[in-house]
Amino acid sequence: MSFGTIRNVRKVFSSTELNSKSAEPVVALDDASFDFDEGQLIALLGPSGCGKTTLLRIVAGLIQKTSGSVQIGGREINEPLGDYGFVFQSPSLMPWRSVLDNVLFTMEVLKRNDNAARERAIQLLKLVGLADFLKARPHQLSGGMQQRVALCRALIHQPKLLLMDEPFGALDELTRLEMNDLLLRIRKETGATVLFVTHSISEAVYVSDKVIVFSRRPARVATEIPISLPYPRDQQLRFTPAFTKAERLASEALGIVPPVETGSAH
Amino acid sequence: MLRRVLTQIGYPLTGVVILLAIWVFACVYGNIPTVVLPTPDKVLNAFIARFDLILAEGWVTLQETLYGFLLAIIIGIPMAVAVANSRPLNLMFYPLLIGLQSVPKVALAPIILVWLGTGMESKLAIVWLVAFFPIIVDTAAGLRSTPRELLELARSLKATPTQIFLKVQLPAALPFIITGAKVGITLAVIGAVIGEFVGSSEGLGFLLLSATSQLDTPLAFAALFALSLLGMFVYLLVEWAERLAAPWLPPAPRH
Repeated sequence: MSFGTIRNVRKVFSSTELNSKSAEPVVALDDASFDFDEGQLIALLGPSGCGKTTLLRIVAGLIQKTSGSVQIGGREINEPLGDYGFVFQSPSLMPWRSVLDNVLFTMEVLKRNDNAARERAIQLLKLVGLADFLKARPHQLSGGMQQRVALCRALIHQPKLLLMDEPFGALDELTRLEMNDLLLRIRKETGATVLFVTHSISEAVYVSDKVIVFSRRPARVATEIPISLPYPRDQQLRFTPAFTKAERLASEALGIVPPVETGSAH
Repeated sequence: MLRRVLTQIGYPLTGVVILLAIWVFACVYGNIPTVVLPTPDKVLNAFIARFDLILAEGWVTLQETLYGFLLAIIIGIPMAVAVANSRPLNLMFYPLLIGLQSVPKVALAPIILVWLGTGMESKLAIVWLVAFFPIIVDTAAGLRSTPRELLELARSLKATPTQIFLKVQLPAALPFIITGAKVGITLAVIGAVIGEFVGSSEGLGFLLLSATSQLDTPLAFAALFALSLLGMFVYLLVEWAERLAAPWLPPAPRH
């Protein structure tokens, strides 16, 4: 049995949830099903507003699904379990805390803020190249550096599952490539299982073991594309035929290019 | 370095000198009598000669201002917490608060005097009333505008409501609370003076009023000068408290 099983998940936002009286209920997610294993990095790829973020919040237990089933590690998710990591599109650091204390926020909430936690926070910040910025305030860091702090905050409690909601979407292209490599490195070090929402085809292919492609609204899972590119990955990979082929398959699933008759998915 | 001294001290000082020059010029060549507009040196003389009196009356006004302001903080912030976190309370009182803000609270001063007399109590009530609204409204707005991501982060970690309030909501609202306090302290000085105008036998407002009724205009101007010093002093107190409470806030832009 898989570590994560997502079956026919559907989410309809009622007008009260949307906080307006006149609005019609909105189908954010029509039908999503896929599986993933422990240690895998799964990219959720789709156009903006296609419900991938909604699915991520359902998996986190932050919002209730209308129907379907989400099981992680054999447990049905109806509320937050407290052992996930979450990275948002904006770094969302606390300006009143230092870099180190931002990372330790997670451990404070979990009441596990001891010396070992501190050591691990420093270890993680070293891993992402921020060893010299432990005492710095978030506003003194660049956007990419802030997002690295957010990544450490999401990893410090060794979460069962790391949820990333377009984490590098607000960064410039060069920083984004750097962060992709950093993510691959961190994953190797920590062995984390990751659900990674993105709307960049090449990013999805580059970092993941499997790309789940979502169709336009009403969103449903259109295609699963297994990515069997070798590890360790580096930027050279982007110029190989295997990479281009995977990108092509994802583009076809998104309906950007017409399917090639002879091409096969594997 | 010299350039810095010139721009930071030289220019503002020149502005003051120009203003004083126009003032003296108008008094001397416009033949303005002292009772209408005394020359700056007469004001300074009055300030020095009556310094003990000004200090004693200033002390009264300072107490009224600070105690009334602290009362507004002590009552305003917990009420803002209640209004921001409870939907029924919010629906009941938030529109009322916004509506009451438009009532000219100064106009209530005579009524408050009828209720509480001419002593310290009525001044505290008036100061509290004018300082209270910006503090509660800004604090409530701050508590309700916590970034969604931070709340989701806390909830995904199963944070308790107390943890969410103390570790996320309250620190995130601090800049708003400070803004409210800065508006509040400025209004508090005005409230104290209005209270003294309407009915009092002490304070700088009373001194100003009695000096003008005796046509002692230099003393009235000296009292006015003391009032602006007092206003600056209490504002700086709040700024100092801000730096203690929120050293992470970027310094306010200087104009």
